[in-house]
Formats: sequence, structure tokens, C-alpha cells
Amino acid sequence: MKRFYQHELEDLRTKLILIGEKANEAARIAIDGYLEGDMVKVEQAIALDDAIDQLEVEIDQASVRYITLRSPVSSDVRFILVAIKASHDLERAGDEAHNIALRAKGILNRDGCASNTVTIEQMSTLACSMMKDAITALVEENLELAQAVIARDIEVNQLHQENYKMLISGSAEIGTDSSTCFQKILISKSIERIADHAKNLAEEVIYLLT
Amino acid sequence: MSTLTPSKIAGAGTGTPIIKIRNFDFAYGDAQALFNINMDINEKEVTAFIGPSGCGKSTFLRCFNRMNDLIEIARIKAGEIKISDVNIYNKDVDVIELRKHVGMVFQKSNPFPKSIYDNIAYGPRIQGVKKKSALDEVVERCLRSAALWDEVKDRLSESALGMSGGQQQRLCIARALAVRPKILLMDEPCSALDPIATAKVEELIHELKKDYTIIIVTHSMQQAARVSDRTAFFYLGKLIEYGQTDQIFMNPRDPQTEAYISGRFG
Repeated sequence: MKRFYQHELEDLRTKLILIGEKANEAARIAIDGYLEGDMVKVEQAIALDDAIDQLEVEIDQASVRYITLRSPVSSDVRFILVAIKASHDLERAGDEAHNIALRAKGILNRDGCASNTVTIEQMSTLACSMMKDAITALVEENLELAQAVIARDIEVNQLHQENYKMLISGSAEIGTDSSTCFQKILISKSIERIADHAKNLAEEVIYLLT
Repeated sequence: MSTLTPSKIAGAGTGTPIIKIRNFDFAYGDAQALFNINMDINEKEVTAFIGPSGCGKSTFLRCFNRMNDLIEIARIKAGEIKISDVNIYNKDVDVIELRKHVGMVFQKSNPFPKSIYDNIAYGPRIQGVKKKSALDEVVERCLRSAALWDEVKDRLSESALGMSGGQQQRLCIARALAVRPKILLMDEPCSALDPIATAKVEELIHELKKDYTIIIVTHSMQQAARVSDRTAFFYLGKLIEYGQTDQIFMNPRDPQTEAYISGRFG
């Protein structure tokens, strides 16, 4: 029997999907803006952060309300806990996208364009696909897809390590000042953190389904 | 002599008060049971009364259709209860008329030892409805409203006492609807029901509030939280806190309310 308040869980699921899509979009356009030297995209990524933060608040409030008023048990209570944790991870992913965009803005304003971006491009492709798959796994309740997301995290970590060594040694950054180099390391770190949040989301999906 | 006519009891729009209680004191003999109650109850909403045993919530509920008139020592010490701006304790109010507009469902289902059909048709027949087609229409409407029609449509002539407890309680709700009340009082309507029957009655309450004002007394705080729009917490005959159910359960203002709903009372 479907209870009259069941739609509140559906609304919560919709909000979760929405925050996931927005966080992923923010990451994608922040990195695209950086790689393409497109300040419009960078600004769009910065602007998305408020909407992501607002969605996290709404998900928290709806979750607390549901727990308080609906006495959820079993899979419903697990879903609520996942919603709270996942929204936090997605909000943090949105913050990382925001940080990438701010740093990209600084670099582009100073240097006009990004340079030596092959690893960043690889990392961002991986991290964004992990995030997209983690959200799909949540929506479709796909255990295998969630497990596959976790397995890919190590690749992003390795790429970040390579990028870090390359940037810190300065071998690839001849002519680049240390401030720009430091900002690039932080962009790389932010992408690595986005992948971590995608991994966390996948782990939460596994908790929900097992 | 004025009576509580349907035109007088008709409520205003959704979200507006249909019942206004002002400075209401009630006593059984020398023992005061309710102290200076002031509250409005909105039309077409579900209002839950919660509180520990003996706090006066059922006594208060029974004031809305003057059921307490049946208790010799019961008396109003002060104040008034107005339903659609009519003071229901005015001497010229017709109590039978009042109870047509303020139906009641009790803790224990109490169907008449008659057929399912006759249970529903009982009230309209007393009101003078004789035509079978009209009674058929009332029976079907009420059983549908109570989400019972599909379960019993093929055995309307069978005894109501052969129904399950949950079905009997929904039959009692359907019977209350047959005289087209504006307000439904429910005194712990699910306390004798299993979780599935309880869920069905709760679904029914949710559906019925589109057309009726419902006041429910319940000991289950989960039930109050699930079904009601507004909640009133009573303690020792006093209204401690009254507000939106979300607010009462998520952020109560009074420490006594907080203690009660958290199970830390006493």
C-alpha cells in the first residue's frame, strides 16, 4: 500500500538528482572554461554554487522533516540517511567546482590561457564521468555501476600525483611563476576531490542497495 | 428559537477557523478538567490533540458535540465554543441538530447489529429519507468515501459484525458521513487496530480532510505527526502549545511539549 506521504520521498529523490546534476554541471563547465579559456563558462560555474548550496539545505530540511513526521523504517530510513550524506558530498563537489572556477579566473586573467593541460583534461573527464555514473547508479539503483565508480577513483588519484610532481618540479612550467603553478596544483587537487566525492556517493548507493 | 441549521454551520474557505474556543473552563463536579482554553480550529484541516492520559483531550473533544451533556456532573464553568459563529452551548441550540453536523467516531468500533447497508442508511432514514434509490446513493457514496466500497459492495446485506476490526471502524466513519457532517471527531480511532488497518484509516483521514474538518485525539505521536496539519498539546487540563504539526514536532517552543514528544516526560 502506497502511503499518502510517499510522494515526499519521491520529491527528495528528485532534489537529490537535481543537486547531483548541478554539481556535475558546475565541475564540467568550470574545467571546460579553464581549458578553453572561456570566461563565460567560468562565471557560469561560479554562479551555480548558490543553487547547489540551496538544494543541500532543502534536502537536509526535507530529510529531517520526513524522519520527524513520518517515522521511516527499513529502506526508507536508509534512503533518508543516504540523501543527507550524498547531498553533503555533492555540495562539497560543487564547492570544489567553485574553487576551480575562481582559480581558473585568476590564471586566465593573468596568463590569458591555460597551459600544459593534458593531465587536467584526463582527470576531469574521469572525475565527471564518475560523478555522472554515481548519480545514475543512485537513480537506477544500479549496484554494479556504483561499484565500477569506486574502482576508477585510483586512476584519478594517480593522475593527480603525476600532475603534482610535474608542476612541483617546475619542469613543465618553464616561465610560469610559482603562484600560477600553485593555483594549477590546487585545480588538480579539486578535481581529485570531486572524484573522491563521486566515490563517496557510490559507496552510499552501495549502502542503500545492500 | 434558533437552531444550528446547515446554512449557519457552513464554514468559510479553507484555512479559516470553523471552531472558535474562548476562555473555556470545564469541570466534572468540583474537579476542573479544562482551564481557560483558547484556540481556533481551521476548516478542512486535521487537528490532533495529544497529551498524557487524564490531560483533558478527550473531554475537550466531547465538548464539540456536547457529548458531555450526558454526564450529570459535567458543566461549563466559563467561556464558549463557537462553531461557524454559533455558540453551541446557547440554550436554544438543538443538540440533535448539532450532532448531525459534528459526527463522532470512537476508540472501539461500534457498528449496529444490523447489515452493512442498514448501518449506513440508519441516519438518513431517521432524517426521513425513505426512497430506496436515495438510500442506495448515500450508502455507496459513504462507503466509497470510507474506502470500503470495493471490499463490501457484494455483501451489503451481511451483518456488519462479521467485518474485520479495521473494516468496522471504517464503517463507523462511513456511518458518520451519511448525515453529511461538517466536522468529524475521532477519539483514538486506531487504538484497537493493527498497523495495516491503522494505515488504511490514516489514508482515509487524509482523503476526508478535503471535505471535512477533522479533530483527532491520539496517544500515538507518530500518528499525530503523520495525519495532522495542526497539533495541540494538553497537560493537566491546560493547552500548553498549539501550532502547525511541523513546528510542534520539529521545533516545539514549550519545554513541556519537547519533553512529552521526546518521551522524557515525568
